[in-house]
Amino acid sequence: MTTALAVRGLEKRYGPVDALAGVHLEVGEGELVGLLGPNGAGKSTLVKIACGLVRPSGGTAQVLDARAGSLEARRRIGYLAELFRFPGWYTAEELLELHQRLTGSEGGAAERRELLELVELTEARGRRVEQMSKGMQQRLGIAQALVGRPPLLLLDEPTSALDPVGRRTVRVLLEELRSRGISVLLNSHLLSEVELVCDRVAILLHGRLVAEGSPSELAQARGVEIETDEGVRVFEGASREDAPRLVAELVNAGRHVYGVHILTSTLEETYLEAVGGETS
Amino acid sequence: MSAVATIVGYGLREALRRKVFAVVLLLTLGFLGLYWLANHYVFRDVDDISPPVGIDARTFAGAFMFGLAMFATLFLGVVLAVFLTLGVVRGDAERGLLQPLVVRPVGRSTLLFARWLGAVAVCAPYVGAVYVAAMLITGLTGHWWPDHALVPGLELAAGVAIVAALSLLGSVFLTATANGIAVFMIFGAGLVAGLLGSIGHALNSHTLQHSAKIAAWLIPFEALYQDGLRQITADTTGFTGFLLQLGPFGGAYTGGALLRLWAVAYLVLIGILAVAGFARKDL
Repeated sequence: MTTALAVRGLEKRYGPVDALAGVHLEVGEGELVGLLGPNGAGKSTLVKIACGLVRPSGGTAQVLDARAGSLEARRRIGYLAELFRFPGWYTAEELLELHQRLTGSEGGAAERRELLELVELTEARGRRVEQMSKGMQQRLGIAQALVGRPPLLLLDEPTSALDPVGRRTVRVLLEELRSRGISVLLNSHLLSEVELVCDRVAILLHGRLVAEGSPSELAQARGVEIETDEGVRVFEGASREDAPRLVAELVNAGRHVYGVHILTSTLEETYLEAVGGETS
Repeated sequence: MSAVATIVGYGLREALRRKVFAVVLLLTLGFLGLYWLANHYVFRDVDDISPPVGIDARTFAGAFMFGLAMFATLFLGVVLAVFLTLGVVRGDAERGLLQPLVVRPVGRSTLLFARWLGAVAVCAPYVGAVYVAAMLITGLTGHWWPDHALVPGLELAAGVAIVAALSLLGSVFLTATANGIAVFMIFGAGLVAGLLGSIGHALNSHTLQHSAKIAAWLIPFEALYQDGLRQITADTTGFTGFLLQLGPFGGAYTGGALLRLWAVAYLVLIGILAVAGFARKDL
């Protein structure tokens, strides 16, 4: 698999503070990777280095083999900042046109129409940014990040201002982008959302990667729950592999087995375990 | 080149949307109205004045009034330039306006240059228009015209362009408020240095003259303004010319081709410092 973003030994120091302390992370082509961690873990710093807003103190970050921050790399990314603002006097359509010019996109009106449709802002195409709700502005932000069809999308808390319906729209959009082969690095606090859409999850703590894998890989076995004629019995610590043996033992003991549930930890539990309940 | 044009357009649109533009226009109209009134009364009464022998009252009044108008033009131009550029880097970054632009495949130097160009595209025509309006008011009311009309106007516009560049440089390192204060303090210091230079010449104080000369080279927008003042009465001789040279709105002692070359080099230097600072800045 081609690597859309390759981060190796990335370091960033702000005075005495190590925001990033040697992070290794890769985002493959068409892969959707979620970046998790408490506030101050270094997630936004990593994303900002990847898009050239912040210079690393050490290590490397490559966007499709181009040095992160170089013009070549910036041609290949779309970015939505956590704290962003667009000039209030631009309409949605004008803002996308501005970014088309800056990226050199030749998509024209068709691209703008498609992007506004994708984020469900077709009706608001002529509305000024200052007349939009925060949620609409955030969806417009995602649309501007997609201008020029970048192969890598860096999204820093893209759903923080969205209501449940807006979040669902973005989730569907992310799945659509993955199906188009676009790579996404998603920095989010919403664990359920990350669990639902991400192929892989990386958890940062104090500038270090403390856990990485697919949501199912990160989910740890918690036990097996078996429903019998005597009621529900929980075999704590048992894994999926233990289930047939446990069922056989119960049947041999004359019990009727009606159902088996493999218990695994949720991403939230895995996350809390990884960060030790830390918050900023 | 198209990125420069796009960002210049972005800056121009921002300028037109800002309230400062409307405020400066209102101030300008107010100034021109008052300036016309002042000219009307000065030149109505100037023929009744019996000046000392060797002084042409009309020339003195015209040059003095127009010198005052040049100061006001420079001041209004500087207000506009500063308010259009004071928050371009750090201010816009803190508001989250800059990041979506910087991540685009546009060099940071291109972005800075285009923002400066956008500010100059607004300020230079503005300064030119106010300068010409003031000249017409004095000329039509008092029948006095500057000895050289074109170069002083261009020098005022160039002075404002330098202030815009200084403000852009400041915006890389300072918050918008701190930058605005800093640039206006530099502007004020430049004007004080110019006045001290005039006093130094009047008193024949070498220390004051030397200090004013150093200040003029350190902040050449002031020197350009002074050179413009010198140009409007460059051909005025005799006692009238001597009196006008004493200032504050009629004479100066720094100027010429070297100053203009230095002003260009100064702009380049400011640009290099701004680009170097911006390139190293984490956003």
